[in-house]
Amino acid sequence: MRTELDAAYSGRTLAARAATAASCIAVAIALVPLLAILLYVAQRGLGALSWSFFTSLPKPVGEGGGGMANAIVGTLELVGLASLIGIPIGIAAGLFLAEYRTTLLARVGRFSADVLAGVPSIIVGIVVYAVVVVRMQRFSTLAGALALAVLMLPLVARTTDELARTVPDSLREAALALGASRWRIAIHVVLRTASPGIRAGCMLAVARVCGETAPLLFTAFNNRFWNESVLDPTSSLQVQIFTYTMSPYDDWHAQAWAAALVLVAIVVVLNLVARRVLRGPRAA
Amino acid sequence: MNEPAALTDPPTSSATHAPRSIGEPSHALVDRSLVAVGGGAACIVGLVLVAVAVVVLEMALPSLRELGFGFVTGRHWDPVHGDFGALPFLFGTLVTSLVALLLAVPVALGVALFLTDLGPPLLRRPVAALVELLAAVPGVVYGLWAAIVLAPLLRTTVEPALEAHLGFLPMFRGPKVGVGLLCASVVLAVMILPTIASMSREVLRAVPAELREGGLALGATRWDVVRRIVLPHAKSGIFGAILLGFGRAVGETMAVAMVVGSRADITGSLFSPGYTMASVIANEFAEATSTLHVAALAEIGLLLFGVTLAFNVTARLLVSRVRGPEAALARVARPREESA
Amino acid sequence: MTLLLAAGLVLAPGCSRASSTGTEASPRVLVGAGATLPYPLYSKWAAEYARVDPTVRVNYQSIGSGAGIRQVEAGVVDFGATDEPMNDAQLARSSMKLVHVPTTVGAVVFAFNLPGQRELSLTPEVAAAVFLGAVQRWDDERLRALNPGRTLPSEPIIVVHRADGSGTSAALTTYLSRHDEKWNATVGAGTSPRFPVGVGAKGNEGVSAFVKSTPMSIGYVELVYAKQAGLSMAHVKNPAGRFVAPTLEALDSAARSVSASAATSNDRVVLLDSADENAYPIAALSYVVLPLDARDRGKAEALAKFLWWAVHDGQAFARELDYVVLPPPLVTRAERALRDLRAEGRVLLPAGG
Repeated sequence: MRTELDAAYSGRTLAARAATAASCIAVAIALVPLLAILLYVAQRGLGALSWSFFTSLPKPVGEGGGGMANAIVGTLELVGLASLIGIPIGIAAGLFLAEYRTTLLARVGRFSADVLAGVPSIIVGIVVYAVVVVRMQRFSTLAGALALAVLMLPLVARTTDELARTVPDSLREAALALGASRWRIAIHVVLRTASPGIRAGCMLAVARVCGETAPLLFTAFNNRFWNESVLDPTSSLQVQIFTYTMSPYDDWHAQAWAAALVLVAIVVVLNLVARRVLRGPRAA
Repeated sequence: MNEPAALTDPPTSSATHAPRSIGEPSHALVDRSLVAVGGGAACIVGLVLVAVAVVVLEMALPSLRELGFGFVTGRHWDPVHGDFGALPFLFGTLVTSLVALLLAVPVALGVALFLTDLGPPLLRRPVAALVELLAAVPGVVYGLWAAIVLAPLLRTTVEPALEAHLGFLPMFRGPKVGVGLLCASVVLAVMILPTIASMSREVLRAVPAELREGGLALGATRWDVVRRIVLPHAKSGIFGAILLGFGRAVGETMAVAMVVGSRADITGSLFSPGYTMASVIANEFAEATSTLHVAALAEIGLLLFGVTLAFNVTARLLVSRVRGPEAALARVARPREESA
Repeated sequence: MTLLLAAGLVLAPGCSRASSTGTEASPRVLVGAGATLPYPLYSKWAAEYARVDPTVRVNYQSIGSGAGIRQVEAGVVDFGATDEPMNDAQLARSSMKLVHVPTTVGAVVFAFNLPGQRELSLTPEVAAAVFLGAVQRWDDERLRALNPGRTLPSEPIIVVHRADGSGTSAALTTYLSRHDEKWNATVGAGTSPRFPVGVGAKGNEGVSAFVKSTPMSIGYVELVYAKQAGLSMAHVKNPAGRFVAPTLEALDSAARSVSASAATSNDRVVLLDSADENAYPIAALSYVVLPLDARDRGKAEALAKFLWWAVHDGQAFARELDYVVLPPPLVTRAERALRDLRAEGRVLLPAGG
């Protein structure tokens, strides 16, 4: 009897060690392309990073010293505005989907979010072009931000939904027993508990739109100069990377890779900021 | 999870609540506004989807009228002669997305489990940060790296090796040019990895500690805890993560457009160039001059909707057939919760 | 700490921005969208013209000829740019009257990657056969016949073409259709042709990068891209029977051989197969497309003046960027087109230009 238990135990221990090893291998597999890409981007882009890259406007090819100051600011404006629109609506929708999950609206909403998550970014760009840009008869930062917000919305909503659902009902019941109303529960209990995960979902959405070019081509367009208002077309790192990459000039290629580095850095910084600022209680 | 009826019904009256303190807003009113705000937000999601669908439908009308159902089964795409058939793109999208899922899901789950249960605690933070970094790389950069680094690597090393060992399968045979369905699938897998891993990790993290500790106290190994307690509990969340990953794979435009080979043909080989729905729209929309061409591209967009819809419905149906998390939990968690 | 650094990075350019908008008057912005071929030249023109006339800013983005034209028709942009001028049917279908103004000349070259072999000669018929898949190996007898004394390996040819629609594809397919019956019957000519064989790459740059990294490959790209990437370019047989390399001189010959009658006629100018014996046969004209009768007079006048400058003074910047200068008959034609422009019924440009 003891030997059987021993055998069973050592079998399970072996399985546990194998599982740990497998997960380590998975991490190694995941990190290989990451390091390869980052190294490649750094190798091609570091040389073009300079003070003038961050402070000057683009110059035509052949003239040195051009930069992407307007593109950097443009990206921050676009992503900032898109987050302002997409994140609150996404979180509110996600909470609703979780708290009232059996209602028809929640079921339809969840399904819509999943389908919306599959719409290619280029189609979102084309639709926002048809609905906003043509009506306004101009390209604008606003249109670009709207397109990005549409891309962020389903991601934020579904992550909030899934994470809110992981909050144990015991917490909700305890709060109810203490006399809290539904809104109190939703905000103070559910949102707070799930907030690290929701924040991760939001950062995933932000990271995604920082990398999307296609929707901006037809909405925010591009601009060799500063945009004067949200109603003007704006430059962005995403579009500049694409434009310069598609050009024949090595000088512009190097700037494109430098811009890619800056873009990744922006996302990392935003991530860090979000972690500091939105610190929620550690998950159970 | 358990769902006592009281929690999921909309609030009725405030009469059931304990006495409020002075100065607090009426609970019922605020409750109803919350429902309105949340419900409104959920409506917005639905409305955005409808708006996108309607605009695309309107753009696709000329093609729908003229080409009819043959569009879906047609195998030729020839804008110069006005001949449009969507089957090759359907094939390409399904192949690349499914292969990408096949490659990404096991790795993503492995990473997620590493970050929550199986990995050394000291390594978790840095690895988490690194995986998030993957999500920060722009799609264009993925495309460029894949075209310049990955495709030649596939052409010279990986694909010959695959043919040597697995060449009895038709999908691993054929001329090797580097770019193609396999290259696109690999890039997609790398791109959807952080989405699936991050969301799975959050869902796994949210499994209550008591459940894990209970298992460990009973003498289970870490893997036992993961296999019998954590995974069943997190099943629906992980499933949601996979759906999101699929959505992302199907919709990825730029990176795929650069390395899929852009060949509207259906072949049996993963090494051959192919074409996906999102990338043909990205490639041809800006230059399309004839109304029929634009409409045909819009119709492909509609088809894409259909694919995502169908996949979501099928996946949900399949999962509800298999015993859901409720049943698994019943075997493990309920006795513990009831005694709490 | 990181927060401060990030804030600093964002605010620093923002500060300089505040001062720059304070000192100059709000300039009039002309927005253009269209082909990728002329993008470097147009952005150079935008920068130079801002010095000539600081009250006008030109903002051009290459998103594709077709999209550019559609956006001109929708009133979203002020001008479009295309390498494939609209034919009569398209002009008739358009919702507004559009004018084509020629601005520069580009060329389509065959770029290839043969390790150890930098020279290759092609005729249009053999080129068509390669892109049709009829000639499949580099040591095919048709290629060997054209290239005596050159080592051609016994390897399959990897063909690469454009995945996205483009004027470059249109120019090439028009050229091949003229010379090869089989090509004309199967593939035809257009911006998004269906190539029977080969891999598609995105953009001129995508094709160029593919050729550069894939031995045994051959593709077609715009001259500028092949030159900048250092790709080997094939000599092509022109109607005079000579195998001509795609140099700027050969393209100058092609452009200059445009007959003087092109200045006054309204026929499409075709720069393919120029009669000059030194001319490279696959050259293409690039156009700016704008409305004949615009709504905003101020903008339309500014645009007309900019384009007038572009086809005259602007041509000085073409050569250094590997573009070809407009020959005099085409400059005259551009002037004619610009003089036709009107807004609110009245002509824009004074008689002197």
